[in-house]
Amino acid sequence: MALSLLSMQRISKAFGGIPALSAASLQIDAGEVHALVGQNGAGKSTMIKILTGYYRKDAGDIQFDGASFEVASPQAAQTGGISTIYQEINLVPYRSVAENICLGREKRRFGLLDWPAMYEDARALIARFNINFDVRQPLVNFNTATQQMVAIARAIGFKAKLVIMDEPTSSLDEREVGVLFDVIRQLKAEGVSVIFVSHKLDELYQVCDRVTIMRDGQSVKTAAMADLSQLELIASMLGRDIAQVSRRTTAFGDRNFAKQASSEAPLLKVSNLRAGRKVLDVSFDMRRGEIIGLAGLLGAGRTETARVIFGEDQPQGGALELKGHAFNPRDPRDAIAGGLGFCSEDRKLEGIIPDMSVGENLTLVLLPHLSKAGIVDEAAKAKIVEKFIARLGVKCSGPNQKIRELSGGNQQKVLLARWLATNPQLLILDEPTRGIDVGAKAEIQSLINDMAKDGLSVLMISSELEEVIEGADRVFVLREGHSVVEFAHSDLSEHAIMQAMAQPEKPAPGTSSPAMSPGAPL
Amino acid sequence: MSELTRTAPAARSFRWQDFFARHGTLLVLLALVAFNIIATPNFMSVRTLNVNLTQVATIVIVAVGMTMVIATGGIDLSVGSLMAIAGALAPLIFLGKIVHFGNIYVAVAVAMVVSVFVAGLFGWFNGWLITHFKIQPIIATLVLFIAGRGIAQVATNGNLQAFKVPEFQFIGLDRWFGVPVQVIVMVVLVAAATWTMRSTLFGRQILAVGGNERAARLCGMPVSTTKRWVYFISGICAGIAGLVVIAINSSSDANLVGLGMELDAIAAVAVGGTSLSGGRASVLGTLMGALIIQLVRFTLLANGIPDAAALVVKAAIIVAAVWLQRQNGARA
Repeated sequence: MALSLLSMQRISKAFGGIPALSAASLQIDAGEVHALVGQNGAGKSTMIKILTGYYRKDAGDIQFDGASFEVASPQAAQTGGISTIYQEINLVPYRSVAENICLGREKRRFGLLDWPAMYEDARALIARFNINFDVRQPLVNFNTATQQMVAIARAIGFKAKLVIMDEPTSSLDEREVGVLFDVIRQLKAEGVSVIFVSHKLDELYQVCDRVTIMRDGQSVKTAAMADLSQLELIASMLGRDIAQVSRRTTAFGDRNFAKQASSEAPLLKVSNLRAGRKVLDVSFDMRRGEIIGLAGLLGAGRTETARVIFGEDQPQGGALELKGHAFNPRDPRDAIAGGLGFCSEDRKLEGIIPDMSVGENLTLVLLPHLSKAGIVDEAAKAKIVEKFIARLGVKCSGPNQKIRELSGGNQQKVLLARWLATNPQLLILDEPTRGIDVGAKAEIQSLINDMAKDGLSVLMISSELEEVIEGADRVFVLREGHSVVEFAHSDLSEHAIMQAMAQPEKPAPGTSSPAMSPGAPL
Repeated sequence: MSELTRTAPAARSFRWQDFFARHGTLLVLLALVAFNIIATPNFMSVRTLNVNLTQVATIVIVAVGMTMVIATGGIDLSVGSLMAIAGALAPLIFLGKIVHFGNIYVAVAVAMVVSVFVAGLFGWFNGWLITHFKIQPIIATLVLFIAGRGIAQVATNGNLQAFKVPEFQFIGLDRWFGVPVQVIVMVVLVAAATWTMRSTLFGRQILAVGGNERAARLCGMPVSTTKRWVYFISGICAGIAGLVVIAINSSSDANLVGLGMELDAIAAVAVGGTSLSGGRASVLGTLMGALIIQLVRFTLLANGIPDAAALVVKAAIIVAAVWLQRQNGARA
């Protein structure tokens, strides 16, 4: 057993009374690459930010390199031997590589900057990765991967004993990832420890020695990567016992899940969709009145797929068909005209208009239809607003209350009403119950259920397995930009979905059978 | 104002800061009027009223367009230059330097419509730069801020155009029912803009775009078109103000027409309580903001304090207005 370099014990942290971490622990050995994984909101970032002095812990103990460790700022953490490389590289783009590497520990001679020494220093650091380039060039001239090398070189220049990498591969292509992994192995060989945060499981298995899994602000498991299958890893991340029998935990009522005759023409058909880096090959279809679940890990391309369907992003390949006709929305207006609606996962950034009232927010999409010659028919608007506030049980002091004063659940209801008021045929819901208290969650789930009963088709993206399993008529699982499996409602189980989210044990056989059997690769 | 009737969230006790933040502009205006009634001789006269309204009218006319631009989260620095363009173009037309019209009324009508419309087109160009190339409004409108005055000078060969055409100059010199014509224009524009912001689809779109552009886009709102229209309207307003200015002066000097107007207009909007980050707008507030700035200047001048000192006070008022807005924001 190697010596422990870092030991964080029983770390707790609450934000405004809501615990983000409760007695979480993390222990890193010297010279190991340690994966830190968990769902959104599991507490990974909070943990790292406490370690690097971004936040102050409420309770707990941190030992680093044999001494108690508490820093007030990321700068202090860096001097103390802990460097962080963020997803978005935070270097100075228009200064030279050498300056970036030496920033904060500039070499001086007679009070002036000693450029030759700095260039030499930078060159030496870069050379350790078996790469070589002109360190006098400004950083922007290099690609993302190289910039990341520079960030790492900078970390080592600070004599870092621990380097934290927060999703370092998210903007890298395959070859660049290879280079990065070589660098990580090099670091390891020199005795530097690495904390590696990533949602791409196969990467963890390539480069990490051990893994700590976090869930709901606690560290639920630490194990050697070799001893943990992908399935076990996912199960711990999502908080599921693999053998656990599913029990009903959501408010999705009973619908007739078998009512769909396969002869009915699909409302929406997505074939081999490709867009950007995240959507590589996605195919699925949905019929009238169906709730289709899109399952997958973070970064599997679910949201990105939805955005293409809604016209917010443009596809590079594949085809969309709506009601049997080719469907190529150039912007959300086209999609709305086609009878689509979309509730974004980020209510604050892409949903509410904070300074507007509940009523205004609710009628935003419908407004052109509530206007005659460009003048808003206030009476008709008030009627609609009243109707939907009542129907969805939005708790507010009245239609004129500003939406930003409402709770998350009530904001979400208003946003749902915004689309329901347009009487859409297909509604895309991206994480419809995220960040919403339990009561409102149940209300929204039963609402979605009722909408589907009334013939609305719902494409539901959710990271909560029980929501997908209990709510959806069919579920398509996405993995790293590919739709890999389709499940009928009767075949749904947490075990099956998690297995599909994980990498297949062996390469999928090239089946071209048109009949999709449950669990078969597409 | 609709804010007055808005239901307050439950259990919020009355705080004078809230009241002041919400109605601060009006209170300051009333305080200034009250002060003048006591301190300034002959303040309560129709003449004083007309002097002040005449002087403030052009600022308000420009600031109405500016309010709509700022409500979308943008800014328009080019308004002063667009005033110069309209001010240069109109005399060229009604003096018959481009095409000779037989009838002076026809000439004046064509001159007014064309010059204002051209200013609007330049505004549309601003909007096109902003939406098509995703250039920040402050940079995009800086283009015409610099080039616009140059265009006006080139169009007139840099000459001062003096004229005496009462058929045109009514817009700056005449009175209808005892009210200066430009004040009537101002009132009409303020009323139209207030109504637009409150009751039309376009007004909602402006506020939605300014309040959360990404959300507005996902709601299918025509974000780019909305922005182009507000810059067009801003150009139209600037064009009208340009005509008023040259009518008052009986001459058009491309170097001077509308000089510094962009800042006066922005100041009026800011003092009036419109959020400079967009999403909130009050045209009536802008009117009051402009009146406050005007009245401060008048008060100081009428009491023998030089114009230079008035500038410092103007700045102080803007600082105070921004502070008030921060109070309002911190509460939210």
